[in-house]
Amino acid sequence: MLTIKNLYVSVEGQEILKGINLEIKPGEIHAIMGPNGSGKSTLANVLAGRHEYEVTAGEITYNGEDLFEKSPEDRAREGIFLSFQYPVEIPGVPMVNFLKTAVNEHRKHRGEKELTAGEFLKLMREKMDMVDLHPQLTNRSVNEGFSGGEKKKNEIFQMALLEPKLAILDETDSGLDIDALKTVAHGVNALKSPETSTIVVTHYQRLLDYIVPDYVHILYNGKIVKTAGKELAFELEEKGYDWIKKENEK
Amino acid sequence: MAEQDKILHDLTQSDYKYGFITDIETDIIDIGLNEAVVKTIWEKKNEPDFMLDFRLDAFRKWQKMKIPDWAYLKIPPIDFQSISYYAAPVQKPKYASIDEVDPELIETFNKLGIPLEEQKHLAGVAVDVVMDSVSVKTTFKEVLAEKGIIFCSFSDALQEHPNLVRKYFGQAVPVADNFFAALNSAVFSDGSFCYIPKGVRCPMELSTYFRINAANTGQFERTLIVADDDSYVSYLEGCTAPMRDENQLHAAVVEIIAHDRAEVKYSTVQNWYPGDKNGIGGIYNFVTKRGVCRGVSSKISWTQVETGSAITWKYPSCILLGDNSVGEFNSVAVTNHHQQADTGSKMIHIGKNTKSRIVSKGISAGRSDNSYRGLVKIMPGATNSRNFSQCDSLLLNDTCGAHTFPYIEVGNKSSVVEHEATTSKIGEDQIFYCNQRGIDTETAVGIIINGYAREVLNKLPMEFAVEAQKLLQISLEGSVG
Repeated sequence: MLTIKNLYVSVEGQEILKGINLEIKPGEIHAIMGPNGSGKSTLANVLAGRHEYEVTAGEITYNGEDLFEKSPEDRAREGIFLSFQYPVEIPGVPMVNFLKTAVNEHRKHRGEKELTAGEFLKLMREKMDMVDLHPQLTNRSVNEGFSGGEKKKNEIFQMALLEPKLAILDETDSGLDIDALKTVAHGVNALKSPETSTIVVTHYQRLLDYIVPDYVHILYNGKIVKTAGKELAFELEEKGYDWIKKENEK
Repeated sequence: MAEQDKILHDLTQSDYKYGFITDIETDIIDIGLNEAVVKTIWEKKNEPDFMLDFRLDAFRKWQKMKIPDWAYLKIPPIDFQSISYYAAPVQKPKYASIDEVDPELIETFNKLGIPLEEQKHLAGVAVDVVMDSVSVKTTFKEVLAEKGIIFCSFSDALQEHPNLVRKYFGQAVPVADNFFAALNSAVFSDGSFCYIPKGVRCPMELSTYFRINAANTGQFERTLIVADDDSYVSYLEGCTAPMRDENQLHAAVVEIIAHDRAEVKYSTVQNWYPGDKNGIGGIYNFVTKRGVCRGVSSKISWTQVETGSAITWKYPSCILLGDNSVGEFNSVAVTNHHQQADTGSKMIHIGKNTKSRIVSKGISAGRSDNSYRGLVKIMPGATNSRNFSQCDSLLLNDTCGAHTFPYIEVGNKSSVVEHEATTSKIGEDQIFYCNQRGIDTETAVGIIINGYAREVLNKLPMEFAVEAQKLLQISLEGSVG
């Protein structure tokens, strides 16, 4: 599904990613862990196509096609979903209008008939139960007046509506209490299928208790320095990031 | 959503969407302005005698006046002698049925998206269509007549209700109020007149579509709305104009009089040709709009969405004369390319316990300049009066300008005036968030802009709000980068 080869990325002239290689197959869950500043969020944003991030070398293919040829909106329509670390507020734009536009853009791209307001509302109610989001929130403006936890739930709710093939969760667990964490994880698991893949970017192991990864990669100083199964997350939890730092600075 | 498709389609068209010219035979008088021309207009209109005195008085005062230069606008010299001051479609008499109307005219309305045929069926919208100064068709007149409401062209009003017109005409905007109002008073050709009798709530939105059609013809519309005691009316004004290279002058006057406990809502969507990307052509729009809350507890509210014109000079105002009267001004002004707008409001508090509210949302793009200019004046006798003003500016790039010129004069100690202002640039992160949900940048900008302007758009009647939302999006195509 996704192949990253020798990826180098700079932000404002500073090199952040220094040769990333990663292969993700359909149905797999990959966790990307690492200390602050290691480049985890950069990787997530590059996949989504944020243009402040300058790719200086390497390639990414998504379903056999060059990802860099595609605009951020086309990547989204073709199934790449980024759950934002800090979801932005858009004042005055009701959630329900925003989401209806988003869903219909996806449908148009797939050559499907656009949903009417009635059909969309029905779909929305179904998906809302999945993440236990208060129905009143959809009448508010996008992310405006949402608590930190509500914002994250709202991201997963959007994911449920858009049904991505490749979901990237960028520190979705940060700022969540344990109940919200379970709800979010429940939503992510419910959406999982043999055709869809997930990249979980996280700082801590606790989210991985609920979203069980097939692979854990440790990103340090712009490189993947260790890859293993889920047990790596436990090892990391036990030994801390200093272990990685020491090992890589020898 | 087929509508979304249409917007996308429109967005890909870089030229002004309504830039077409209708080929209808027009009766135009020679260019130039003098007392004889003023008299000719009066004769052609077959107006009562008092109108000649009014027009000549205005003309003589206008001759001694100068174009105001205090606005933040670069106004190219206007040769008032190179303009023809009267144009009327050569189609008389007026029609009993829509079938008799020139098919080409109907086609024009179709392009504008306001086919008269459908208008009749549209939920409660009566349309007094002004095509080049002379009213061509008035609908719903009978329905309104039952309630005693008068809604007709200004010419008809002068013929049928001369005393009523005479009683209120020039009350809110005196002949010599300003250069453009004086010019309008001298040469205006037509417009609309509306009278709501005591205790009557107008059952439908009254709507007038203005359209500039004849080349090189200044447009001088005149509107007078009178709401008698305990009455209510919502009035809509919307405009489009064909594309032209030479600049067209527009100097309209709108007057509103509200008696005791009467309420008048006046909504405008203004979409005149703004000139091309290089600032060539476009309408010069110098408008005087003023309402007088003459009666106790009366209310006048102005809501405007301004996206068009090369130059906009416009300050819809309220004179709050009656005790407990209320004035409101809600505005979204968009400027793109080389457009210039200097717009805002005046709230003059004279009566006790009067309230006013100003919400202005400026959106600038391209190399345009967008200014808010407002006056809040509280007279010594206007005790316990209140004003709240909020002026927000949104910039879409680094080459446009946003300016705020608030003037506040408070003449007594018991009144409260609040002024809030913000300036912000459209967020890259907001656009990216939309992109990541599959929404392209043009649509994203439209969504964000409409969100920003929502507070004002919500004040518009439903059918107008939809039109206004599309307009905002179309006006800003290609403006973020």
